[in-house]
Amino acid sequence: MELDPILLSRLQFAFTVSFHIIFPSFTIGLAAWITTLEGIWLATGNDRFHLIARFWTKVFAVSFAMGVVSGIVMSYEFGTNWSRYSEVVGNVVAPLIGYEVLTAFFLEATFLGLMLFGWNKVPPWLHFLACLAVAVGTTLSAFWILSANSWMQMPAGHEVRNGIAFPVDWLKIIFNPTFPTRLGHMVVAAYITTAFVVFAVGARWLLQDKVVEEARIMIRMGLGLLIVLVPLQGFLGDASGLNTLEHQPVKVAAMEAHWGGPDDTKGPIPWVVFAWPNEAQERNDFQIAIPYVGSLILTHTLDGTIKGLKEFPPQDRPPVAIPFFTFRIMIAMWGIMMLTILTGAVLWLRGRLFQRGLFLRIASYLWPLGFIAVLAGWYTTEVGRQPWVATGLLRTEDAMSPVTGHAVLTSLLLFILVYGIVFTAGGYYISRLLKIGPVPEGDGSDDATALRPLSAAQDAGRKAIQAGE
Amino acid sequence: MDSLWFTYYLPLIWALLIGTAIVLYVLLDGFDLGMGILFPHTKDEGERDQMMNSVAPFWDGNETWLILGGGGLWVAFPKAYAVIMPGVYLPIIFMLLSLVFRGVAFEFRFVSKPDHRKWDVAFAAGSTLAAFFQGVVLGAVVYQLPVENGAFAGGPLAWLHPFSIMCGIGMVAGYALLGCGWLMMRTEGPLARKAQGWALPLLGVLLAFIAAVSIWTPLVIPRIADRWFSLPQFYYLLAVPVLTALVAFSAYRGIRANRGAQTFFSTVGLFLLCFLGLAVSVFPYLVPASVTIWEAAAAPESQLFVLLGTIPLLPIILIYTGFIYWTFRGRLKPGEGYH
Ligand code: HDD
Ligand code: HEM
Ligand code: HEM
Repeated sequence: MELDPILLSRLQFAFTVSFHIIFPSFTIGLAAWITTLEGIWLATGNDRFHLIARFWTKVFAVSFAMGVVSGIVMSYEFGTNWSRYSEVVGNVVAPLIGYEVLTAFFLEATFLGLMLFGWNKVPPWLHFLACLAVAVGTTLSAFWILSANSWMQMPAGHEVRNGIAFPVDWLKIIFNPTFPTRLGHMVVAAYITTAFVVFAVGARWLLQDKVVEEARIMIRMGLGLLIVLVPLQGFLGDASGLNTLEHQPVKVAAMEAHWGGPDDTKGPIPWVVFAWPNEAQERNDFQIAIPYVGSLILTHTLDGTIKGLKEFPPQDRPPVAIPFFTFRIMIAMWGIMMLTILTGAVLWLRGRLFQRGLFLRIASYLWPLGFIAVLAGWYTTEVGRQPWVATGLLRTEDAMSPVTGHAVLTSLLLFILVYGIVFTAGGYYISRLLKIGPVPEGDGSDDATALRPLSAAQDAGRKAIQAGE
Repeated sequence: MDSLWFTYYLPLIWALLIGTAIVLYVLLDGFDLGMGILFPHTKDEGERDQMMNSVAPFWDGNETWLILGGGGLWVAFPKAYAVIMPGVYLPIIFMLLSLVFRGVAFEFRFVSKPDHRKWDVAFAAGSTLAAFFQGVVLGAVVYQLPVENGAFAGGPLAWLHPFSIMCGIGMVAGYALLGCGWLMMRTEGPLARKAQGWALPLLGVLLAFIAAVSIWTPLVIPRIADRWFSLPQFYYLLAVPVLTALVAFSAYRGIRANRGAQTFFSTVGLFLLCFLGLAVSVFPYLVPASVTIWEAAAAPESQLFVLLGTIPLLPIILIYTGFIYWTFRGRLKPGEGYH
């Protein structure tokens, strides 16, 4: 049987990185939030904040562990599966990853130990600093990896000699044209993702009459942040789109399933709400579109136009259906988020936010919104970059390692198996932790006996058992 | 950027740095992987908790050196990275998957109590296999990978031969011995005594492995025989086996006298000497017999750019790592944990 190692490697990379990004999307926001909680606790002495911080640290511990192990896999896959890529862009991309290790990974991984196990070992202010170090580490990590990824979207500051990229201007490389908007969009996405989880869990606890005061704090903090960030994300997304239009016009054409073409009449373009892109015939089937809105969104005028897919040679076009649909999924998530925060804001103003009604019940199910939007966004970005790994510089088909299809099939199947087991278990443990919730100190059941083997998440596990689950 | 400094010494500095990162990785993650290797040897729940707890605050930081080793190789020697990684494709993937299991086991084992048997298995098997495949990778690279036109040119099983398997076993024994030293040094109670008991046979296996490698490689690879046995360097290099014997004796004494620190640091010494021996054998190659340090080097601009950051950042990392170890210092009593 002939196995295509390139296709399999792409599937493997997509599979492993999709699992990986789930955890950063959550831990970047969670680390910052736990730090904030502890800061408030130190400043006000209000023990509720301490309780919430300690509880979420357990959730953080489990999520972070999964983020780390899936991340280590990613860093080696550049070499194992994309060795030509490693060679061709290594001079430029590898240093960015190198700085990520030196400035971010060591910081977060080392202070994690203190964050999880140092509660009674060091004074509170030092523990706070450890949390801060972890939070800064996760954000720096996003900084470098997004710089690397953005450089691949739109390489800059380099020159090519003998087919290999050489650095010319490091500032231009790091702050490449698509980086600032992407960094902003992604970090805000991570905060939104976390805030939705916090908000949804708060709603759930409130509905169950569990740690009610803490649940209210979580709802207030989560929703409050979302009211600011979700609209902001709309602006940042718009800026991302305009930026992409400038640097990767063919990606935008694919996202919008806009075939256009040189012989098409120029003029206002519609916004395609739904269609089935038909690549063979270069047109959309079953199209439903709103006139003018495409121009309005993409050019901020009523009659502006953009290049269509037909204006690019077929071998330089990305697949159309995936970016088209994933982009719409992301926008749809944003729509649901906007509805949620608008309703929430109105209820809040009227003082009815904490009423146990339909709103909170729906809210308690909304935790996955951010994750779905993040994955959809990345699929748009990455599939839209095809057929290039590094736009204009290296094609995906030329980036591959000299490994056989059978080897890659073996590893892909193992990844599916192992990730299936490990991350299902992790998801189950997290949901169990969330179900139990924090147990206020001093209620007798959570006595701080030092002579007991403890891990960040153990207590809750014990409670689960006691509760007979 | 054409001066000798940039094209000759800069790659050498980087080779040294990456060597240091790998050595630090082996020493730091070695003992916590060792914990997993030793795990099945005690059935006592409390002792298993004690083993886990003694490394729980450190394992993640320790593993970061592995990322630096791999990432650093890519930064400084992209061509070597691009040959080695596909060459040892399967063992690297197996190692990564093993690390997945053992990494999550730290947290999962505690959250799932008392239903945590499977994570005990995951921790033990994951640690042991990760150690084994690290040895296999090392062995496969030293034993020479098939390379043509600057790219790996072998099949998916090119890494699989008795030598690499033996290196895998040696690595497991070495890490387990480091783990014993750690337990003797950092825990109290029956566990520390058990560790002392495990240490002696492990030292035997490790020394047998070192002897085997020292005889095997020069016999099979003439280049290595030349390096060690031609005059005059033979006389300088004699220091390596002599020192190894002394350090091995010190490890033996440490175990016998139940001195944890002596056992631990002598084992560290053995590892360092093995690496020194290895470096002597393969220098100046990064991919033995096909790609040298200078051929593999990244653009001098890239090497310099990261070196300039490494010079201030590495000491800072070492300082805060030391701080964390200092915070969690002292012996862990049975049943004790950090909270
Ligand atoms: C937006 C952020 C982001 C993105 C796009 C990625 N990562 Fe990541 N990564 C993180 C944000 C992050 C993070 C927040 O720093 C970690 C730490 C723990 C976690 O859950 O995520 C993480 C962990 C993590 C680790 C373990 C570090 C440690 O021990 O602390 C490695 C080696 C990588 N990642 C490597 C990668 C690679 C090679 C990626 C690209 C394909 C990648 N990550 C995408
Ligand atoms: C973390 C969120 C990310 C997601 C969900 C994601 C998703 C994907 C997907 C779906 C593919 C396959 C595309 C295809 O082959 O059609 C891909 C490929 C790839 N991505 Fe990403 N990506 C992410 C981040 C990154 C980052 C940060 C980098 C680099 C720094 C990166 C580098 C690559 C490379 C090298 C490939 C393989 C070559 C290719 O198929 O183009 N990705 N990614
Ligand atoms: C009106 C709302 C939004 C718009 C207009 C928008 C726009 C975009 C565009 C154009 C891209 C592709 C950029 C590129 O490939 O160069 C993108 C990517 C992405 N989006 Fe959105 N987005 C919106 C909402 C959201 C929301 C709510 C989230 C998550 C909470 C999100 C998360 C992402 C992520 C993670 C990426 C991939 C990283 C990147 O390329 O920036 N987006 N978005």
